[in-house]
Amino acid sequence: MVNIGLDVSSMSDSVMTTATEVAHKLEVNNLTISYDGTPALSNVNLSVREHEIFGIIGPANAGKTSFLKSLNRMDTFNSSMSVNGQIRFNGLDIHNLKNIYALRSRIGVVFPLPVGLPLTIYENVALSPRLRGIKKRRELDEIVERCLTRAALWDEVKDRLNSLGSLLSGGQQQRLTIARALSQEPDLLMLDEFSIAVDPVTTMRIEDVLKELKQDMTIILVTNLVQQARRLADRTAFFLEGECVEVGVTEDLFTGQGKDQRTLDYIEGKFG
Amino acid sequence: MSDTNTLSQTAALDFDRRNLDWYIDKIIQALVFIAGISAIIFIIGIFVFITIEGFGFLLEDFSFREFFLSQYWEPSDEDAPEYGILALIAGTASVTGLAMIVAIPFSLGAAIFIGEFATGKTREFLKVLVELLAAIPSVVWGFIGLSIMNPLIIQIFDVPVGLNVLNAGIILGLMAAPIMTSIAEDALKAVPDRYREAAEALGATRWQVIFKTVLPAAKNGLLGAVLLGMGRGFGETMAVLMATGHAVNIPGSVFDPVRALTATIAAELGETAVGSPHYQALFTIGIFLFIITFLINLTADLIVRGIRKG
Amino acid sequence: MFAESSLNVRNKRVQNLFRILFMLMTVLLVVPVIIILGTLIYKGGSIISFDFLFTDPTNGMTAGGIFPALLGTIWIVAVALLASVPLGVMAAVYLNEYAGDNWFTRLIQLAIINLAGVPSIVHALFGVGAFVIFFGFGTSILAASLTLAIMTLPVVIVSTRESLRAVPQAFREACWNMGATRWQTIRRVVLPNAVSGILTGVILEVSRTTGETAPIMFTGAAFFLPFLPQSVFDQTMALSLHLFVVATQVPGVPEDLPFGVALVLIAMVLIMNSISIAFRMYLRGKKKW
Repeated sequence: MVNIGLDVSSMSDSVMTTATEVAHKLEVNNLTISYDGTPALSNVNLSVREHEIFGIIGPANAGKTSFLKSLNRMDTFNSSMSVNGQIRFNGLDIHNLKNIYALRSRIGVVFPLPVGLPLTIYENVALSPRLRGIKKRRELDEIVERCLTRAALWDEVKDRLNSLGSLLSGGQQQRLTIARALSQEPDLLMLDEFSIAVDPVTTMRIEDVLKELKQDMTIILVTNLVQQARRLADRTAFFLEGECVEVGVTEDLFTGQGKDQRTLDYIEGKFG
Repeated sequence: MSDTNTLSQTAALDFDRRNLDWYIDKIIQALVFIAGISAIIFIIGIFVFITIEGFGFLLEDFSFREFFLSQYWEPSDEDAPEYGILALIAGTASVTGLAMIVAIPFSLGAAIFIGEFATGKTREFLKVLVELLAAIPSVVWGFIGLSIMNPLIIQIFDVPVGLNVLNAGIILGLMAAPIMTSIAEDALKAVPDRYREAAEALGATRWQVIFKTVLPAAKNGLLGAVLLGMGRGFGETMAVLMATGHAVNIPGSVFDPVRALTATIAAELGETAVGSPHYQALFTIGIFLFIITFLINLTADLIVRGIRKG
Repeated sequence: MFAESSLNVRNKRVQNLFRILFMLMTVLLVVPVIIILGTLIYKGGSIISFDFLFTDPTNGMTAGGIFPALLGTIWIVAVALLASVPLGVMAAVYLNEYAGDNWFTRLIQLAIINLAGVPSIVHALFGVGAFVIFFGFGTSILAASLTLAIMTLPVVIVSTRESLRAVPQAFREACWNMGATRWQTIRRVVLPNAVSGILTGVILEVSRTTGETAPIMFTGAAFFLPFLPQSVFDQTMALSLHLFVVATQVPGVPEDLPFGVALVLIAMVLIMNSISIAFRMYLRGKKKW
């Protein structure tokens, strides 16, 4: 009885606070990440709204990649990485899940070092649908074509879908990785400096796709190109030396209306 | 309020469910774990089963003094059977010892040549050759001892019988050498190139680099190679059964025939009744062999692991 | 200046001396074996024919062919593979994909090293105690094969583990990141890319198993049988034991007969080994990432 009473009160409490805001896809409270005891990111508090592009900018070693890794529970890959604090995805605490694989299947990630799996190009993209239980060839064909097209790779590989994905060039593997992430049909797509090995024209094409994808999913975009954040992100966080300096509406940050002087200094290229 | 409700519906709030794949993953994990510990189970199983079979002897007829210090192995003597393995130990030790004398210099020399001097195709060819030599079955080696080495020894040394310590020692040496060569070569390869480069930068020549830098650095690995070769010689059965002459005897010279521990089991197990003292005594020799090889392998492993850490 | 260069000349000479010395040692290691192989071929080659391979021994094994022994070896090896390959591959998957770097894993490794190092005759004793007597298989193909399977298990484990290790970690992580379970990752990405390496190890195991004698002597292989095995619970003849028997146990065997048997045995083993090595080299040349 007592418990139920407490639950109801706390629930109505949270409803009260969120009702006024837009729905939160992701809530991060007091997040601290360290490697073998050395902190890489401390005390981050932020939330990502549904259907927004959330940019993260900052110089190297700011903790941006570690942040993405913690969202996908990649700390379980690496015994030296430890994550403290609370992360809620779709309202659920991701450190207290019954099925961690289900979480990862809802989150697509693209890291700067592209990894084309040693499968055919087709199978690289069809793998995730297959894991979801899709077996029909026609359905798979359709997904593969759609994802490769969105990742701006279809035209280059459509005639050799049966060659190995791991033998593509770096830039092609990068786009293959994006196509693979899209093939998951994720709730949340996280891109970490995706344009690093991709030429400017293709980058622009993918950026357009990302703007479209916003209708279907939430996107976190880590980038070292501040202008890319400005072009795409609705809101942006600035990370610096393991600290989240501030989070704000992108345009505000770029027009000097941020709270912290360091943000503007970084954006204007005074350091980093 | 309506906002949170839409979120829970559209964003599949209930994604956190265990599905079939999750359970399959757990089951596979349990299965491979069992397979993973099977090696431990088998090692324990080997010890347990040979001990069970040899246990009666250990309880009743076994006398430490007689077993290890008597040179008379006369288990089939009906009135007073005697179970002394001293002569068998001497047989195994003499053959293994001679084998090591043959194998150590050649295999270390070959390892140095392959690892430090040979290059490109020669090196690849020699490595393949060594690997193939290591694959020749022991019964074939035994047959070679019997049919090729035997007449050769009789002819060269003018002795009546060519099945003796010399024959088995050479055969065993040739058998152990390829294995020792490839392990020793691995040990040399494990020495980082920067050691060689540093020494060469100081003006040392190739052989100085090898003797002053590479060999000391690979010392433990080489010792491990020797130990593993020894373990292999010690445990070898068919070749020593066929090439030693199979006479219970503490050898006075390399031309004396001897009998090895392993060969005794192989030759006599088929003739004994299950559960008889003789049968159990053979299993007791098995326990002894198991413990000795276990210790040799353990030592070799610790030595080799020692260099990895350092 | 002059002194230094004369030192160089001396050093060069010493170096060449050592090179020749070590080369000589290598040659001395290899040459006797080649002579021996040559002798085997010279003395045993003439007897080998279609009839030798495919007819029964006659006249108390002093004449005729080796067919039952050849067939028996194939039986024993096949059953041993059925047992050891799945178990060995699974054990290697555990060690490489699941096990952490801790004392327990080291204990397993130590057990594997010891399994490979225990004398073959001790494995035979174990086979007698466990399979022939305790599990009641009697002296049979099953008992002999299981004994051999345990003995050669380390070969499969070590070679499988090596080929699993050669698959870069990044592939696994990319797969996990898509929500694949560990097993899905292993099945769809890791194993398919390790399978040829595993096959190399299996061929190597076939070669090892073919030549082993001591472990099957008391567990399932017979000196002579007038019939072929019908099931895994029958005894069988085996090529390796047949060589031992015709070389040592049967009086009045013509000289070329055991040489012929030895030649067939060694040819089988070396051909298997060469295939395994060639396969490995082919794989090394083929890039998949």
